Amino acid sequence: GARLADEMRRRAPDRCDVTIVGAEPIPAYNRILLSAVLAGDKSLPEIFLDPRAADAAGTTVIVGETVSRIDRERRQIATASGRAVAYDTLVLATGSHPLVPPLPGTGLPGVVTFRDIHDVTVMIAAAARRGRAVVIGGGLLGLEAAEGLRRRGMTVTVVHLMPSLMERQLDRDAARLLQASLEARGIAFELAAKTTEILGPKRVRGVRLEDGRQLPADLVVLAIGIVPNVDLARAAGLACGRGVIVDDGMCTSDPAVHAVGECAEHRGRSYGLVAPLWEQVEVCAARLAGDAEARYAGSTLATSLKVAGIDVYSAGDPSAGGGEEIVFRDPGRGVYRKLVLRDGRLTCAVLYGDAADGAWYAEAMRAERPVGDIRTSLIFGKAFADSAAAA
Amino acid sequence: MTATEPVAAVRTACPYCGVGCGVLASADGKGGAAVAGDPEHPANRGRLCSKGAALGETLALDGRLLHPEIGGAAVSWDTALTAVADGFARTIAAHGPDSVAFYVSGQLLTEDYYVANKLIKGFLGTANIDTNSRLCMASSVAGHKRAFGTDTVPGNYDDIDAADLVVLVGSNLAWCHPVLFQRLVAARRQRAGLKIVVIDPRRTATAEEADLHLALRPGTDVALFNGLLAHLARAGCRDKGFVEQHTVGEDAALAASGASSNAAATAALCGLDELSVHRFFDWVRRTERTLTVYSQGVNQSSAGTDKVNAIINCHLFTGRIGRPGMGPFSVTGQPNAMGGREVGALANQLAAHMDFGPDDIDRVRRFWQAPAIATRPGLKAVDLFRAVEDGRIKAVWIMATNPAVSLPDADQVRRALAACPLVVVSDCVRDTDTAALAHIRLPALGWGEKDGTVTNSERCISRQRAFLPPPGEARADWWIVGAVARRFGFAHAFSYRSPADIFREHASLSAFENDGRRDFDVGALAGLSDDAYDTLAPTQWPLPAGATEPKRRFFADGRFYTSDGRAKFMAVAPRPPLHAVDAGYPLAFNTGRVRDQWHTMTRTGKVPRLMLHAGEPVIDMHPADAATSGLRHNDLARMDSRWGSAVARVRIVAGQRQGEVFAPMHWSDQFARDARVNAVVNPAVDPVSGQPELKHTPVRVGPAGTAWYAFALTRHRMAAGNDCYWSVAPGTGHWRYEIAGTSTLSVGDVIERFRPPDGAGDRIEFQDAAAGVYRTAWLVQGRIEACVFAAATPDLPSQHWLAGLFTADAVTADERAALLAGRAPSVPLESGPIVCVCFGVSRNAILEAARAGTHTCEKIGATLKAGTNCGSCLPEIRALLPA
Repeated sequence: GARLADEMRRRAPDRCDVTIVGAEPIPAYNRILLSAVLAGDKSLPEIFLDPRAADAAGTTVIVGETVSRIDRERRQIATASGRAVAYDTLVLATGSHPLVPPLPGTGLPGVVTFRDIHDVTVMIAAAARRGRAVVIGGGLLGLEAAEGLRRRGMTVTVVHLMPSLMERQLDRDAARLLQASLEARGIAFELAAKTTEILGPKRVRGVRLEDGRQLPADLVVLAIGIVPNVDLARAAGLACGRGVIVDDGMCTSDPAVHAVGECAEHRGRSYGLVAPLWEQVEVCAARLAGDAEARYAGSTLATSLKVAGIDVYSAGDPSAGGGEEIVFRDPGRGVYRKLVLRDGRLTCAVLYGDAADGAWYAEAMRAERPVGDIRTSLIFGKAFADSAAAA
Repeated sequence: MTATEPVAAVRTACPYCGVGCGVLASADGKGGAAVAGDPEHPANRGRLCSKGAALGETLALDGRLLHPEIGGAAVSWDTALTAVADGFARTIAAHGPDSVAFYVSGQLLTEDYYVANKLIKGFLGTANIDTNSRLCMASSVAGHKRAFGTDTVPGNYDDIDAADLVVLVGSNLAWCHPVLFQRLVAARRQRAGLKIVVIDPRRTATAEEADLHLALRPGTDVALFNGLLAHLARAGCRDKGFVEQHTVGEDAALAASGASSNAAATAALCGLDELSVHRFFDWVRRTERTLTVYSQGVNQSSAGTDKVNAIINCHLFTGRIGRPGMGPFSVTGQPNAMGGREVGALANQLAAHMDFGPDDIDRVRRFWQAPAIATRPGLKAVDLFRAVEDGRIKAVWIMATNPAVSLPDADQVRRALAACPLVVVSDCVRDTDTAALAHIRLPALGWGEKDGTVTNSERCISRQRAFLPPPGEARADWWIVGAVARRFGFAHAFSYRSPADIFREHASLSAFENDGRRDFDVGALAGLSDDAYDTLAPTQWPLPAGATEPKRRFFADGRFYTSDGRAKFMAVAPRPPLHAVDAGYPLAFNTGRVRDQWHTMTRTGKVPRLMLHAGEPVIDMHPADAATSGLRHNDLARMDSRWGSAVARVRIVAGQRQGEVFAPMHWSDQFARDARVNAVVNPAVDPVSGQPELKHTPVRVGPAGTAWYAFALTRHRMAAGNDCYWSVAPGTGHWRYEIAGTSTLSVGDVIERFRPPDGAGDRIEFQDAAAGVYRTAWLVQGRIEACVFAAATPDLPSQHWLAGLFTADAVTADERAALLAGRAPSVPLESGPIVCVCFGVSRNAILEAARAGTHTCEKIGATLKAGTNCGSCLPEIRALLPA
């Protein structure tokens, strides 16, 4: 939301008034940096967006108020505290809810998700007492949580349903390297492990796995995924699937309502990563600024994970079969790369240890650029491929 | 003397080709030496070729045979020598003198040669001694003897400077005798009128420099020179006085040339265009100072002797012989082929330019006091090894040569040696394909350690002098042979204390009852003191007793060494190669040399920079033949004949005649798995000279069945395996392997063979299985140990940048990231193959300079230095520049 406002100011400083309404009782902040806060690399104030900039630009920011209803006919929204804000155009950037598994004990004290500043505050407080943490979920967020807690002194075990970490972004080899590297730092893993219960009774004291084992825990972090937050949209009668359905102009079924980010569903896909979000915001801002041609065509799924010095990058779906794999390994330098080609075009890139060329691969994938001519140089990155093409 | 004192350079002679260049060598005290051309030597006046200039890099003792061995185990000299003497004595006692043989070498010094020849012919009583010179110039010897009555080279190198027309026949002088070639090119620069004609089926580097190149059909030299003779007759070029007073046989020779009656008929016979033939004839017609220089392309033929005589006929007819700038001129391949001829160490010679006539036998018997002297010729090389295989010869002693690689039908030689009850090898190198089959190995001195004389192609005797101490227990060949002779009980005839002793005896024999009847007479040197021998300056023969100045040329006076004193025209008719191509074996296979290698590479193969120009066995093919054979440039091909097969890399060469393929003869099992091309070569020989037809074998060539190609660079020599193709060459700090395999052999398995021995360290891998690309490197403590690059096609990255990593103690982080890309990211253009070995200048550097406007060899030399040392790359540089 904040980013969209920035974009609007940049594109059309005088054309509109922008009001941002947020439920959290604090100014807008950069959610992506929560991991850095947890890891202790950044403090909370550092991740707040500068409200003065918004003020200076004439943006109205309302914090701590939950929007309770959209009145599409009258083009206004109502907040829980009774405030009504009129709009010409409404942009939904309601994000997502953390997915909470249907397990006994998820409501116990000491069980948190990893979504907002409140969650991070709870985790930091728990970590201050050292002790044990179980992170349920071996995806991007779960691992960032696990590493953050480890660095704050907790003994951390990651429980993951799948046999391999970050299976949507990484192939087995990269996942093993990542796991080995995190194990070397002291994080334990239970893979292909299903949690059946979070143990209480008063506050959390552990989790039980399907095989009957119990893992003691003073803190349990649920990081198994997200669901788009469509409550408002659905209540307002907007077309929704898993998320709020938008067209290539980021417009919902109501021309006066747009949606961006994790809450939106575009061409059947919702995105939980930051890069697609920025792309959507750009298109949406352009539309609102009057550019009827701006289109969002979907994003290549690209993930950049940085866990205390480990560079991991993934673009495309490594689990999709059928392509031709190109693999590079330099374990001594901690580097692994895998590219997948289909019909002479790059469809997947997994980079571990040196992700410098990630954006370049993602761009080649987005542009569907033929890479057959530079095939043997491709895995060595842009500099080699460029000089190979020049030769 | 301490190691820090400057060491005076020793004047010696180069051990490679027959040019016989003088070399100044200064031992560096660490086993190597600094080497420079000797400015005072008449053969080279300070110049050296790429091979000679790298002599200092061949001296390391790795690979040397340093102790006598029996059955692979080190033994004392006494044990080894006694075993040799006993073995030969037992064999002779049981089977007679002709059951033993020596096979010796143009690498031997004259003194070594003399002692070996004296022992076997004079005292063991058999003439079964032949030399690898049989492969080199036996046809020239035979042609000389038929025409002149003796084996006489009439002219000298000054004739190159004095000639107005130089006809190079079957000679890639630019690569095989580079210093002579540079002298020729320099002479042409000074005199615009000097023309060079090259007669060679291949467009060689020499042909590139020619004013006229006649790419004749192989084996048609006789037709061409018969045509020339007929033309000279028609054109009135007959030297009436010379022909009538000093020759016989003119009419028969002219009659025999009938088939080549004019340029058109000659052109048709030779597969040439009439205009070129006519131009050649016309140039010879009007050029008094015509010099015909010829080499292996003439000699290595089943009609080699006839070719020599066809050439000589033209010179006799015009009287163009024995005067400055003219004459037939055989240039020899080996440093001491001429010395071997002088001592007579060929099966059909006795000694000192004497044969097996009763007078000669009697004279030599008396001189040597050798009652058991052989009285008839022995077996020539090819026949000799046939006799070994069929059991007529049961003990053979091979000195300083590698017949399992160099003889035609080389697999036959292997079979023969494997079956022979006693094989003795004297060599300075331990592991040769021949030594592998020896029962007894005797360590000989190498170049820089041995001491004696050699004779070059212009009859110039030069001293080879020692400047290094004998390594291990190695001894001079003359000492080894003499020690065996003494164990036979011939101490009275073999009590030499030094090479000087032997040389004096050799010189005395040349003068013994000579009285001008034999061309070879160095009687004036028979009384040299030890000191005078040590300081002997390059000396041309003949130099009879009392003479102070050598005779510079023979035959201007019309006096020949035949019984009637007249030269003999030989009536020679064209005869095609013995084995013709046919539907089964449709291509004619020709062998030869590459610029920077010598023979079977036991020395030049140790020098990284000599392996840059051509580091792998290759087969040159015409584009159309390659297409017909289903081969592309850089594919691996198998070449088969009825005698054997070999595998090598295809090079598509526009200068190759259609229907003919060419491969260099150097590679042995030490440097490649399956590239001994002489195994393919037919054993046909010239009926007169016994010289093998190494230049023409019917073959078929096809894909080697290769499914993948690879190269490996590794700090250590590794066992690449006997189930794949490989060749190996040294680089600086590494060895490089070219490898290829069939689909039944896993690339991964072969890559594993290059894992460093200790197994420690980091491994880096790159795989693109769908494209068949596999690359692996191993590093130990940051230093590259080995890397292997494999692909489904032969198009692998250049090795240039990778090879450079082996000279460093550690690779940088950037280099490591780039390692399996095979190049630095900022360098798109590979530097390409090295053209100038002396200064390491690559093809691409020259092309780059040419693009920038540097359009002459002189300017390239000024900017890049390329071609300014030995000059042997100048033809290649010129070919890269815009015309």
